[in-house]
Amino acid sequence: MTLPIEAPAETAVPRKRNEALYFALRNKKLVIGLSVVGFFLLLTFVGPLFVKVDNPNEYVAFGPLSPSSEYWFGTTTFGQDVFAQFIDGLGATFLVGIVGGGIATIVGMVVGFVAGYRGGIVDEILNMLTNIVLVIPTLAILLIVAAYLQVRGVMVEALFIGFTSWPWAARAIRAQTFSLNSREFVDLARLSGKNSYKIIFTEIAPNMSSYLFMTFILMFGGAILTAATLDFIGLGPTQGVSLGLMMNNALLWSALHLGMWWWFIPPGIAITSIVGGLYVMNVGLDEVFNPKLREL
Amino acid sequence: MLKLDKVSKTYRVGAFGRNELRAVNEVSFEVKAGEVVSLIGESGSGKSTIGKMILRLTTLSKGSISFGGVDISGHTRGDLREYYRTVQGVFQDPFSSYNPIFKADRVFKMIKDEYFPHVPNNVWTEKVESSLESVGLNPGDVLDKYPHQLSGGQLQRLLIGRALLLDIDFLVADEIISMLDASTRIDVLNLLADLKSRGLSILFITHDLSLGYYISDRSVILYRGKIVEMGSTEKVFNNPLHPYTQMLMVAVPHLHEKWQDTGLPIEPEEIQEVGKGCPYYGRCPVAETALGCPTENPQLIEVEPDHLVACFLQQG
Amino acid sequence: MSLQVSNLRVYYQTLAGDVKALDGATFSIADGEIMGLAGESGCGKTTLGNSLIRLQSRMKYVEGEILLDGKEVPIWDQHAMDPFRFEEISIVPQYAMSAMNPTRKIGTMVSELLHSRGINYRASLPELKKRLDLVKLTHDVLSMYPIELSGGMKQRMVMVLSTLLNPSLLIADEITSALDVSSQRAVAEMLVEFRDREFVKSIIVITHDVSVLYQIADSILVMYAGKLAEKAATETIINAPRHPYTEMLTASLPEIGVKYSERRLEGIPGKPPLLLNAPEGCRFRDRCPYAFEKCVVDPPFAEVDDNHFVACWKAFEDYA
Repeated sequence: MTLPIEAPAETAVPRKRNEALYFALRNKKLVIGLSVVGFFLLLTFVGPLFVKVDNPNEYVAFGPLSPSSEYWFGTTTFGQDVFAQFIDGLGATFLVGIVGGGIATIVGMVVGFVAGYRGGIVDEILNMLTNIVLVIPTLAILLIVAAYLQVRGVMVEALFIGFTSWPWAARAIRAQTFSLNSREFVDLARLSGKNSYKIIFTEIAPNMSSYLFMTFILMFGGAILTAATLDFIGLGPTQGVSLGLMMNNALLWSALHLGMWWWFIPPGIAITSIVGGLYVMNVGLDEVFNPKLREL
Repeated sequence: MLKLDKVSKTYRVGAFGRNELRAVNEVSFEVKAGEVVSLIGESGSGKSTIGKMILRLTTLSKGSISFGGVDISGHTRGDLREYYRTVQGVFQDPFSSYNPIFKADRVFKMIKDEYFPHVPNNVWTEKVESSLESVGLNPGDVLDKYPHQLSGGQLQRLLIGRALLLDIDFLVADEIISMLDASTRIDVLNLLADLKSRGLSILFITHDLSLGYYISDRSVILYRGKIVEMGSTEKVFNNPLHPYTQMLMVAVPHLHEKWQDTGLPIEPEEIQEVGKGCPYYGRCPVAETALGCPTENPQLIEVEPDHLVACFLQQG
Repeated sequence: MSLQVSNLRVYYQTLAGDVKALDGATFSIADGEIMGLAGESGCGKTTLGNSLIRLQSRMKYVEGEILLDGKEVPIWDQHAMDPFRFEEISIVPQYAMSAMNPTRKIGTMVSELLHSRGINYRASLPELKKRLDLVKLTHDVLSMYPIELSGGMKQRMVMVLSTLLNPSLLIADEITSALDVSSQRAVAEMLVEFRDREFVKSIIVITHDVSVLYQIADSILVMYAGKLAEKAATETIINAPRHPYTEMLTASLPEIGVKYSERRLEGIPGKPPLLLNAPEGCRFRDRCPYAFEKCVVDPPFAEVDDNHFVACWKAFEDYA
């Protein structure tokens, strides 16, 4: 038995959509996070206009040079243009983030929605699948993959990350779906003759849209970090360059000891800023979508 | 019209689902055409579960439910769609029954999409407006608004209007009054009574005895998943025979009469497990071992026309 | 004890402005009086009850004076209110059943509460046990977790807790609403027992269920849209109300013995006004069948008969 709703009376507050936008623009965390990520994204599009070489691994000088007006980020031990590598790596990073994060979110959504909505035996099976993928030693698998695929591109890495990091998203979405499933508007949709898939896509998912958005952001950030780690230990793409690879090389060639800060600081800052910006956006979005967290 | 035959619902609880929880225990009753039947029970009585089973929002563990002579207990999607043309439900929390991110009148659109896809828009608009008027709502007040912009009473009436769009024969009203303000309760209640006089059958699920008395022809008193007393509302309320019903009548606060001194224990000493025996055994002030109260489950016996009780004391 | 409230105004702060949830409450409660506070959602009764003990974050004290036994109660000062809470004014909040920490045994929770007040738990045990007996709870309850108790038992436990230090004023906020009919009566009668045994001096019972108030309250204060409508002895409110709202409200309540086919009850058409930009004058004006020109001016809450207060121009005229 529940009580009649005692509210301090209806207020003439602007409608829900506009209210969200209003808070979104006011929320410092969201704006800052978005700006940081946006800045780097812009860089991936604008940057290539300033890169002089086609292949970032091409040798342009005879040895390491500190940043100058010709080479903005200097050169590596071997004389490669660090700026060129940086811009290229930035592009690769975003690609991994979007593709890898996107795949993880989509697979997580499919598994999570079906498990949460159907329940019962379907849920048990999907849960088992989720747990298996969760405990698989992804590193070991990746080593095996690396042994077989001598040549790997960024897409392979993105796919791999996507298909191994979805369990977290699946779990979270399943939990939310369970709780929404017992809400009466879902019952009403059933009483209106809608079938399960329609209900998931037209009733449950839209109600969770903020949650799904935030899940994507977290998967995005996670994919970038995972890619950086994999690149760092040499299991990343064999061709091209990525930020993680740059840091790996910088470490290998004692850039820290030799004082070649321009080799590892830009990629380090870029990764930290992008992922950090994404997480700050996430916290900000939480405040936007959850009215109780807003300060008045 | 609607017939429940030994319907039961059991849940598996505990680790590994070892234990069974019997939410509904072999319930059988009927609702005839144009009749309002109150299903009265407190929390844990299983009344909402029965409502959900009738609406097939949950499956039956045992027994059968038939509507218009057709067994609907095993119906699947296609048959259920047709079933919902004749049977609909309205639930307790008006604000939870609407998807908060969409406008309230979307519930009408959902009906149109599934059941009237080829009806032209202007004809549909007229249908909706006349349905709204028949539930006492001004279309201008409620169309094109979000649920949080409307009151609980308006939302409940919108839901009834939605059910009427389908030209239903039977409505399951699950505690639809309890979350409404005192001044709007009676309006929605009167609306239901009006609909009944136009031929609608209603299963009115409630814990509030005075609401049940106001509009129902017959009443079913439920305790821990079992029917303890049922019959015509007048007979059950004016001459309660089961100790539980008697206790309820005594405990209800009246508006012009003070509570009488009874000395009946109101709260159970401990919460009894429902195993063998009468489910009311732990709290019953007149239970007797000699009659079989702790070990046998009493069946419903007709003690006078249209008045049945499940109590060993009444069985001579 | 005596409680005197004068012109209390408490508003809710929102983005769109102030919601005038409680707009000028003046009334008094005598020693030993159980006063029911009735009204529908949004009328301000919970605001009134809560502001007497703890103003929540969005509630803004605007003006008004509260005197408890002649002493001023500084509700605007959270810190200065500390000595009042629990010892002189206590509350059984809404959803009290969820008010107990699920990870704490009940006995532990009680001892922590007493400790925070500088009272020795062991010294209070005998009295605590006596009270548990009174509400028909076993002493074992102290070593149980809240989840092991039923709804009615938890409610009674919270009642014992809230009254342990014998406060002068107890505020009971919707304590019967979430209970089954059988437990409702037990809990309501318990309130009266507490007053009779002087564990508390006076009680404010906040509820929307007028029939429960008829059973246990000495007087009833009816509120509407943030203002006081009528206050009188229980029998008077139920059988001879003077405010149109009270009259229509009691006439719309179903009761066992009233059937639709025999007597159709009528509700009150319309809705309560939004309190964000409350209308001028009597707030019931739009729904009142007796409204006339004078109603555009806000009627005062005045005494028309012995201890019978109304805020209605028509009621004044009838008595004039």
